[in-house]
Amino acid sequence: MEGEKVGRYLLRRICMMIPVLLVLSLLIFLMIETIPGDPAEIILGDHATPEALARLRTEMGLDRPWFVRYGAFLGRVVRGDLGESLISGAPVLDEIKAKLAATMELSVFALAVAVVVGVFVGFLSAWKQNSLFDYLSTVGALLGVSMPIYWLGFLMIIFFSLHLGWLPTSGRTTATLSLIPVTGFYGIDALLAGDWHAFRDVLAHLVMPSLCLATVPMATIARMTRSSMLEALNQDYVRTAKAKGVSTGKIISVHAFKNASIPIITVLGLQFGTLMGGAILTESVFSWPGVGTWILQGIMARDYAVISGGTLVVSALFILVNLGVDILYAFLDPRIRY
Amino acid sequence: MKKLFCLMVAVLLAVVTVSPGLAGEKVFVEGRAADSLTLDPHDATDGPSNGVLLQIFDTLVKFRDDSTEIVPSLATEWKTSEDGLTWTFKLRRDVRFHDGTPFNADAVVFSFERQRDEKHPAHEGKFAYWSYMFSNVEYTKKIDDFTVEMKLKEPYSPFLSNLACYPGRIVSPTAMSEKGVEHFRSNPVGTGPFRFAEWKRNDILVLVANRDYWGEEGPYLDKLIFRVIPDDTARLMALLADEIDGMGGVTPETIKILKEKKRSDIKVVANVGMNTGYLAMNMSVKPFDNPKVRRAIAHCVDKEQIVREIFQSMGKPAKNIIPDTLWGYNDDIVDYDYDLEKAKKLLDEAGYPEGFETELWYMPVSRPYMPNSKHVAQVIQRDLGRVGIKAKLVTFDWGTYLSKLHNLEHSMCLCGWLGDNGDPDNFLYALFDKDNAEKGSAQNYACYLSEEYHQLMLKAQRVADVEKRSAFYREAQVIFHEDVPAVPLAHGFNLALVKGNVRNFIFDPQGANNFQKVDLEL
Repeated sequence: MEGEKVGRYLLRRICMMIPVLLVLSLLIFLMIETIPGDPAEIILGDHATPEALARLRTEMGLDRPWFVRYGAFLGRVVRGDLGESLISGAPVLDEIKAKLAATMELSVFALAVAVVVGVFVGFLSAWKQNSLFDYLSTVGALLGVSMPIYWLGFLMIIFFSLHLGWLPTSGRTTATLSLIPVTGFYGIDALLAGDWHAFRDVLAHLVMPSLCLATVPMATIARMTRSSMLEALNQDYVRTAKAKGVSTGKIISVHAFKNASIPIITVLGLQFGTLMGGAILTESVFSWPGVGTWILQGIMARDYAVISGGTLVVSALFILVNLGVDILYAFLDPRIRY
Repeated sequence: MKKLFCLMVAVLLAVVTVSPGLAGEKVFVEGRAADSLTLDPHDATDGPSNGVLLQIFDTLVKFRDDSTEIVPSLATEWKTSEDGLTWTFKLRRDVRFHDGTPFNADAVVFSFERQRDEKHPAHEGKFAYWSYMFSNVEYTKKIDDFTVEMKLKEPYSPFLSNLACYPGRIVSPTAMSEKGVEHFRSNPVGTGPFRFAEWKRNDILVLVANRDYWGEEGPYLDKLIFRVIPDDTARLMALLADEIDGMGGVTPETIKILKEKKRSDIKVVANVGMNTGYLAMNMSVKPFDNPKVRRAIAHCVDKEQIVREIFQSMGKPAKNIIPDTLWGYNDDIVDYDYDLEKAKKLLDEAGYPEGFETELWYMPVSRPYMPNSKHVAQVIQRDLGRVGIKAKLVTFDWGTYLSKLHNLEHSMCLCGWLGDNGDPDNFLYALFDKDNAEKGSAQNYACYLSEEYHQLMLKAQRVADVEKRSAFYREAQVIFHEDVPAVPLAHGFNLALVKGNVRNFIFDPQGANNFQKVDLEL
């Protein structure tokens, strides 16, 4: 019975994604539509004759009204065809797969760092409210959210790479390292190959970008954890538990933390968006060959297929993660029933 | 808590890397701003693709290392028929492709015909440069195993220089036919000093030495790795941290940072690039139809200051539209000096003693010939203001900017040109001939319609003799100087940074780095 309800809820939520994605695709399409120039100019380049341009425009259907082209665009997307990059000629879907693995590797690593450190710090400063640690973590979190990633990234490179010589400045691996990608997650690939040296190299390359990317979410998570923990600790049931003589450790871990975790999960879901946004900056500072730099280059080169395909996939991913977060609620909060 | 901290520090220390690589192996890692787009040598139009293809492929003729003079490469000699329509090339006999198949006339015919003939099985691509440079070719034919003939529709002398460019590269017909064009685009096979090995898009591209290279010298490197580091500062950091051995995409700003770092183990490699930045005045708009007004403006431009401050001295003030590395350059031209008094006098004579109001358009992007167009515009605006010309600064996004220029909607604009084939025709005809002044597709942003100039351009296209052509171009530069449809501003340097142990790192005339002779001192 319960399982059936959850199943129906899931189905409804997934169905609700369709209109969201539709509106999204329309927005992306219209946004690209307002950019001056058109794909034909990009394909033929600077030396194109007006006749050749006109011919290609007809061929590509660019002379048809925008809603007709939007319909065609939708039709292709539904069939899983995101078109081909105007610049490199490679299918957008293939390109995005390779880039997505790089971005995911970085984001997952960064999110793990952000969650572990953020929750730990927030937890501790709520427990020891108004202590020196609490004050320091507040200042730290404030710095963390307001720090420009670009600036922080370069600061880290100057300190850890140039001064100390500990960590590499950029890229996913050392240029001379030969690692055959299987999953696209280089850390896993290195382990699969049993290449300890490569694994160390991959890890060393991950440290700075993921720390840099984790800064903002880490600070936000720490603040959120602190305030929701404080709120939970002031609840009646906590006082009751105390009165019953439950140990402090148990009160915090069982009674307070579980209830405090719901808003934290919400923030986590939203932070995924921040991570994706921050990834563009982090990726360009550390030359991380991921989705962020790829879309950015697409924008610079006005590669319409890359811009629309890339944005669509990243947004869909964001919506999926939020769906995942909503489902998690059900497990954490028995009051939420579907 | 303490244990956890210690563990984290231990993990961090454990991952501290030592740079790998086999002892004694000569590996050069080049940091570059963007990845190659395709490795089909006939379809590539971008610098990063060209920079790699140059190492893998050879052409029939090539530029000498330090000039645009044409010398033999895969062809040992050539001759032209009297009417200038038939060109015959004798080919080298001792050359093999990287896949072991022999280089011969069939390979040349295949390479050119796949671009020209729309029915050719390997005609997959846009071939933008072929239609731009070789639309004049009627066919390419095999005479015997080591002789080919090319037939033109009409005499066109820049043809030979064009053969040294992208579409002139010779591919292995076996490699392309057997596995298809799609496969070839990411697994190219040529005859050059380096063989293709591996490509992770947007990350690294690896070439290895071709030990059977036919050339008299090189390659000295064992491996050549191109690594994408898009951000200019990040690339410099990687060089400073010894992660790469050299880098391109160097701007005057990078040089400034490097100077502050005081790193004597890093060398700046620079030469005058095949490019020109200029200020075009639209002669179809008043008052720029008046030669005195145009001369007055020429006297207002402080090129020395522009090069010193905006190019950080990494450029050379220009007095002609072609750079002095091109044959046909007229060094007798005496430039309009920076003299506001002369400018005022000329404006007086032209009937504008109080000056006038106009617009000055500047580019929204940075190019080697114009690192910071806005700053250049501000310097010019200041001096124009001193003689009474109030110029409003205007810009658009790059695509819009170009299409508005093609439409001749501007009064004055900043722009420039990166030469394609080292032929003066590619600057003088392409940018200022009246053939190219048609609204909508104008490349002649000055709308300069001089008939005298036009006749010289046509004559120079129709004779093959370089001496004679040179004379026509020198004369054309005199006419250009008198008419001043545009004020040449500067030729930007090709810039690269390499580590101190790198030898023979040079730029070819097109601004790419040929690694054939590059060596490392270990």
